[in-house]
Order: sequence, then structure tokens, then C-alpha cells
Amino acid sequence: MKVLLPLLAVIILVLLAYLGIETANLHLLFGVIIPYLAIFIFIVGVLWRIVRWAQSPVPFRIPTTCGQQKSLPWIKSACFENPATGIGAIGRMVLEILLFRSLFRNTQTQLKQGPYFLHLEEKLLWLAALIFHWSFFIVVIRHCRLFIEPVPSCISLICRLDGFMEIGSPVVFLSGVGLLAGISFLLLRRILSPKVYYISLPIADYFPLLLIIAIAISGILMRYFVKVDVVSLKAYTLGLLRFQPVIPADVNVIFYIHLFLVCILLIYFPFSKLVHMGGIFLSPTRNLANNNRMKRHINPWNYPVKVHTYEEYEEHYRERMKQVGIPVEKD
Amino acid sequence: MAKEPKPQEIISQINYKPPQKSWMNLPVERKEGMFCYGAKEKSLQTVDFPNPRTWSVLDEDWKLPHNWQEIVLEGMAERLKKYRSFKIFMDICVRCGACADKCHYFLGTGDPKNMPVLRAELLRSVYRGNFKNIGKVLGKLAGGRKLTLDVLKEWWYYFYQCSECRRCSVFCPYGIDTAEITMIARELLNLLGLNIEWIAGPAANCYMKGNHLGLEPHTIKNSIDFLLDEIEEKTGVRVSPTFNRKGAEILFVTPSGDLFADPGTYTCMGYLILFHELGLDYTWSTYASEGGNFGFFTSMELAKRLNTKIYAEAKRLGVKWIIGGECGHMWRVINQYMDTWNGPADFLEVPISPITGTKFENAKSTKMIHISEFTADLIKHGKLNLNPKRNDHLKVTFHDSCNVARGMGMFEEPRYIIKNVCPHFYEMPEDTIREKTFCCGSGSGLNASENMELRLRGGLPRAMAVKYVQEQYGVNMLACICAIDRAALPPLMNYWVPGVDVTGVTELVANALVMKGEKERTTNLRGEELPNIAK
Repeated sequence: MKVLLPLLAVIILVLLAYLGIETANLHLLFGVIIPYLAIFIFIVGVLWRIVRWAQSPVPFRIPTTCGQQKSLPWIKSACFENPATGIGAIGRMVLEILLFRSLFRNTQTQLKQGPYFLHLEEKLLWLAALIFHWSFFIVVIRHCRLFIEPVPSCISLICRLDGFMEIGSPVVFLSGVGLLAGISFLLLRRILSPKVYYISLPIADYFPLLLIIAIAISGILMRYFVKVDVVSLKAYTLGLLRFQPVIPADVNVIFYIHLFLVCILLIYFPFSKLVHMGGIFLSPTRNLANNNRMKRHINPWNYPVKVHTYEEYEEHYRERMKQVGIPVEKD
Repeated sequence: MAKEPKPQEIISQINYKPPQKSWMNLPVERKEGMFCYGAKEKSLQTVDFPNPRTWSVLDEDWKLPHNWQEIVLEGMAERLKKYRSFKIFMDICVRCGACADKCHYFLGTGDPKNMPVLRAELLRSVYRGNFKNIGKVLGKLAGGRKLTLDVLKEWWYYFYQCSECRRCSVFCPYGIDTAEITMIARELLNLLGLNIEWIAGPAANCYMKGNHLGLEPHTIKNSIDFLLDEIEEKTGVRVSPTFNRKGAEILFVTPSGDLFADPGTYTCMGYLILFHELGLDYTWSTYASEGGNFGFFTSMELAKRLNTKIYAEAKRLGVKWIIGGECGHMWRVINQYMDTWNGPADFLEVPISPITGTKFENAKSTKMIHISEFTADLIKHGKLNLNPKRNDHLKVTFHDSCNVARGMGMFEEPRYIIKNVCPHFYEMPEDTIREKTFCCGSGSGLNASENMELRLRGGLPRAMAVKYVQEQYGVNMLACICAIDRAALPPLMNYWVPGVDVTGVTELVANALVMKGEKERTTNLRGEELPNIAK
């Protein structure tokens, strides 16, 4: 049930694009207006989110320390898992963002008869997440060749590497396969693992997965099966970028479906959990150095508080303190 | 008080299969033995907390102010402005489930709302339902809930079933820290006077009397005098510490639990013996007589109000720097908060060990070091005359305290000490130590007696890891550097792993320490016969 509703939503979106082009001929709407709108909402939305987060201060240094602190010189400290310097903290973030270091630690715990607990290595989620995110990233980079003329050599190189296995014609891009495989695993896990199914929310969790799957499938169809004319597409994207939009002639409707779904993803992005992409950079348990005892850290809203002073304390206990020989300020 | 279940009952009840019904529609069922009593009127009044009244958890009516929803939502808005962590942790969770089976309370209860992700969703759903347009419009479909009385009662139940141990945060790909969420949720509950007495009472004691047990100055002196007699009886050496002495070089602050109940008292004797043997120029304070900060379990403000005494007393006494005893959350507070709240400690000097000359650069700003850092340095420089054979009858394992592990990162110092004072040391399985350590099940103010079932369940993963080394290596002693551990682990061990005792690291040091002028030692500090030892 949780999955059906978002599935229905994605099907409706596909139909909207199909009918909008095939029966209503709304090329201008789907080819120009919605893409512009989507990009605008995406950029403004993401910036708004980041600014909103950044407006709240980080009053305390609260890194999660996953390794030995820096203390005595003869004790080896964990420079990335428990960084004491800014550079170490950057290293920790790089490990998190590029390699998903924390997720790599994942285990699966089972209670066995005995009783005892089994803590099993659980790397599948890490692997699938890594494959999915990296593939997605490479797919996005690859798409840049449609937006830049002449195509920079680094993008061409990525495309060549991505297709290095030279299977089929056009060459199969590994990133496309990785993207679809990775995200399918994430979706199946969310449906089949009882615990993960239980914690999943109908729209927030299933909709983006299904939407991205639909984008990947439409993209793959376009490249390998329906064969859309890349030259006219490039004229179209460059036109969009120069604010002189031209509608591509004779492009299969699958292109509009792909484009529309991407637009929906861009619009949905700033309002959803997908902003974890930006948020991870700001996570205070990961991006701060654990140098709390070495350097003073200021809380911008620190305010004076009511305290029970020593004078009040002594006032109350003076006689009893004197009786047992504890020194007092006033006799 | 609820009847304590049998171990087999607890084990057979644990089921990790989630229920059919969605958690949003599953009303909270408050089970006796799984929660602590509500805060008393008097305790809340002492620290000027709102809505002090007499109430009972099982009552329908919690005697809330009429505008309680407004108070909570305003409090939430205020905290979203004050804490980036809160805002980000509300927004970016993708519910990947990596944290789900990392919580010791989930592993011990199987209750899905004890999965860190769902614990946070209890709050997040109200955030979505009240602060996010999509949640306001689509409601439960978008994961949004309104703040109803049932939701509030659910918050109370589950946010006082979290020991703020941060184990989930280690595994979260974004570092979402449930401790942070729990702390803020508890602040919100405290706006309505919804605390538990086992936190509110000790916090009030800390505020008025300086320590959570409510020991008054003369009682502290008497307690320690009693320990001095014990030390003299066991070692033949009379130790004479000072109290509130101006001009001492060092102020020593430890959790007051160490003064009061076994086995904490043995650790306390350990401090006294060690400092005496070194001839350290130090003093105890009766005013700043608590390292543990029970305010930390209610609100940042109260935590700051209690913590302020340490620096204030250091200043009044004119000491140069501070040593802190073995305590878990005290060290998280000192490492992550104290300097920010109550610094700069510019009236103190960077700690330099008067025995070894080591300058503790890592405490350059706070001017406060952990006793394990201090002791490890002494041992490294060969300043202690140790006879580890005296601990030969012990097969020791080490429990990393959550806060020291995940809020400070002190792993090697205590291990180095233990290895130098005990001939037999064995690690528990890798997934249960260091940053992956399991909680004692009673942290963050949850070690009352009325919630014993929760504690036994929450401590199950820790206990099973101890059981493993007991069976493998015959481990009979569980060492730790936390006073709550010393209070909470003995009943836990008795219940799940009989035959394993609990000790502080400094007790082990003191037992191995050959003192100048000591008599022939026949027993350790506990009065147990020492094995045949060659000096």
C-alpha cells in the first residue's frame, strides 16, 4: 500500500507528459516553461535550504568521536575518525561524502539462542548506496556534454571510461547500469526488509526512488532503443542555456517524458529528504574537529544563568562546615 | 514497583519483527518497570522549572498548563533557531535504517519506537505536521502528525527510554545523533514540567548541595573519613586529604556516586591512595562536589547552571588546574560544553603534571584533565611502584563508557593503565567496544529502581558481550571509568552474568600500587584475600 500510491503518482506523471505532447501538443510547456521553472525552483530552493540551515548557529562542538582522541604524545590518535584539526575534519568529511565511511561500519545484529548477539558485517547497503550515488553523479556529469560546446575533454574522457567495456552500439554506459541496479536494490530493500519497510514513509521514501527509476528507464530507452537524435537535442539544450529556446523537431515523446520527470525531481528536491545531499556538509557531529579542550568555542547565544553561589552555600552550611574543620570564608 | 521478570522471560519476549499496524497509529502502552516516576513538585521548584505539581505517570491527567501545545511548539521553533544540529537532523534523515538495530534498548525490547530512526520520527512527525507546508497539507501521508496529548505522552515514554549514548550516530551516514534529538525533546518536555524524579531530584540536589546525592559538606567529610579508615586498615597508611583548601595546586572533582556506594567507594579510595602516594598538592571541594551533571538530562541551561560551580570553585580556591575523576557524561560535558558555557578559564594554567612535567596540551583551554590521562602518563614515566601480581586473581575486561567513547574519544589511556596493573586483560568482541560500545542501559538519568526491567533489557547487549568473555577466558571483573556504570553494571551483571564484578580503573591501580610505608598487604581494598604474591 505504501508503495502503490507513489507508484501511481509516477505513472500519472509519465502519462501527463505523454498526453501533453502526443494529444495536446504542449511542446512549449513541457520543453521550455517547465524546465525553466524547475531549474529556477531547484536553485532557489536548495540555496534557501542551505541558508536556512546556516542561519542556525552551531552553539556547541559535538563531533561524534569514533577513534582515539589526541592526548598524550605517545598515544596514537585517530586523525580522521576523531580529528583534532580542521584538516582532519575535512578529511573526515571527504571520507564521509566520497566513500560513505560511517555506513561502511554498518553491522546487522541478531539475537540467537544461548542467548547471545551476533553482530554481522553488513556491507550491502553501503555498496548499493555507493554504486547508486556515484553512478548518478557520473550520469549527471555525462549529461553535461549536451550543455557545453565544445565538449570539454574531461567530460569526453569520463564518457569513454564509462563505456570502456564497449558492449553494444551505442556503447553501454556502466553508470546507467549502476544507477538502475543500485536504486533497484534500495527499493527492494525498502519493500522486503520488514524493519526498513516499517520505518518508511509512503511519499517521502518511495516516491523519489520510483521517480529516479522512471528517469533512468526513460533515459536508457532513449539511448538504446528509441534512439533519439542527439544533434537536435543538443541544439535544444544549448538554446535553453542561451535563453533562445528552440523546440527540437521530431523528437520522440520518450524524451519529453524523461525531461518532465527530471523537472519534477528538481522541483521536489529542495522540499524533500533529498536535501541530505547538501545537509551532510553541515552535519555538526561530522564536520567539527574534536579540539574542544584545546580551543575555546563560542556559543553566540550564551547568556548568563542563575547560579547557586558559594556564598549562598556557605551561608547555609557554615556551622556544620566549621564543626568538621572545613575552612570557611566568614567566621 | 513492577515485578522483575526472569531472564528467560525477557529473552523469549524479544521479537524484532515489526507489528502490522503503522507506528503512527500505534498508541503508546506504558508498561510498569519500563519507566521512571514523574518529577516531584519540590525538585522542579528548586531549580525554577515550570509547572511544578504532584502528578503520576499512569494518571490520565498530567496536569498540564492549558496552552501546553503552544508552549511546546514555540519551544520547538526557538530551538530550531538555536541549533543547526536540530534543524538538519529534522530535515535530512533518509530512513535508511542503518541505525535501527544499533540501539541497546531496541535490541533488548524489540519495540520499534526504540529504533533511533523512529524515536527521532516521533519528534520529526510533529515538526513536519506543524512547521512544514507539505506535512500540514498532506498529514500522515507525508509523515506529519499533530501534537496531541497521546503524542506528548509517547514522547515522554520514549525520550526517557533513550540513554543518549550516541551509538546510532556512529553508524548514521549523516551523523544524525539521537542524543541531540533526545536532549532537545527532553528540553521541550521540561517546559511542561514533564521530567522524571530520578533526574529532577538529583539535579535539584546538585544545585543546592553541590552533588546529586545531596551530601552536605560535613557528610562528604564523614564519608571520606570512613574511607580513610578503610584504607588505613588495608594498607597501614593514613591518608589525609583536604577540603575546600585555598592555594592548593589542583582541584579534584569526581562524581559523588564514588563517595557513597560500592563499588564506587573503592574507586574513591583509589583516588585517595594514588594522590597521597604522589604527594599531590590537591584539594576536594564540597561546593563543587559533583562531576556528573544531571542538568545535562533536562536542559542546556540547567546543565550550565550546575557546571558553573567547577570553574567558580577553582577560581575561589586559587588552584592552578583541575583533575576530573572517572565519570561518563561528566566528561562529555567537560569535553564538549564546559568551556563554551563557563569559560574562558583564563585564571587557570595549562595543566602540567607536577610528577612527570608533562604538559597536557590537549587541555590547553579547559585546564581540566581526566584522571586516566594523568595516571597513564605517570605509568609511562615509571613514577608508580606497581605490583600487578596483586591483581593476578582478576581476569579483567574493559567497558568503554558511552560518553567518554563517543563524546571524547578516550580509548587507549584506560587500557594502557589496566594492562600495566593487571596481568590478565581480555577485550570483549570488537563490535561491542570502543566507539561501538554498548550502554550499561541506565545512562542519562535512567538508573532508578522502578524501571529495572528497562535497565535489564537495555543492558542486555552489554551483558552478552561480557558473558562471551566470561565463557571464553573466565573473565570475572568488568572495569569501567564511569560512576553510573559502577552503579548500574553490578545489578546487570548479577542478573545476566553472575560471577562478574565491577570496578573502576583507579581501584585496580590502587590495589597494585606499592605504597611507601605500607604494611604487608593481605587483602585488596574490598577486603578480599590477595592471592599468594611475590613482591
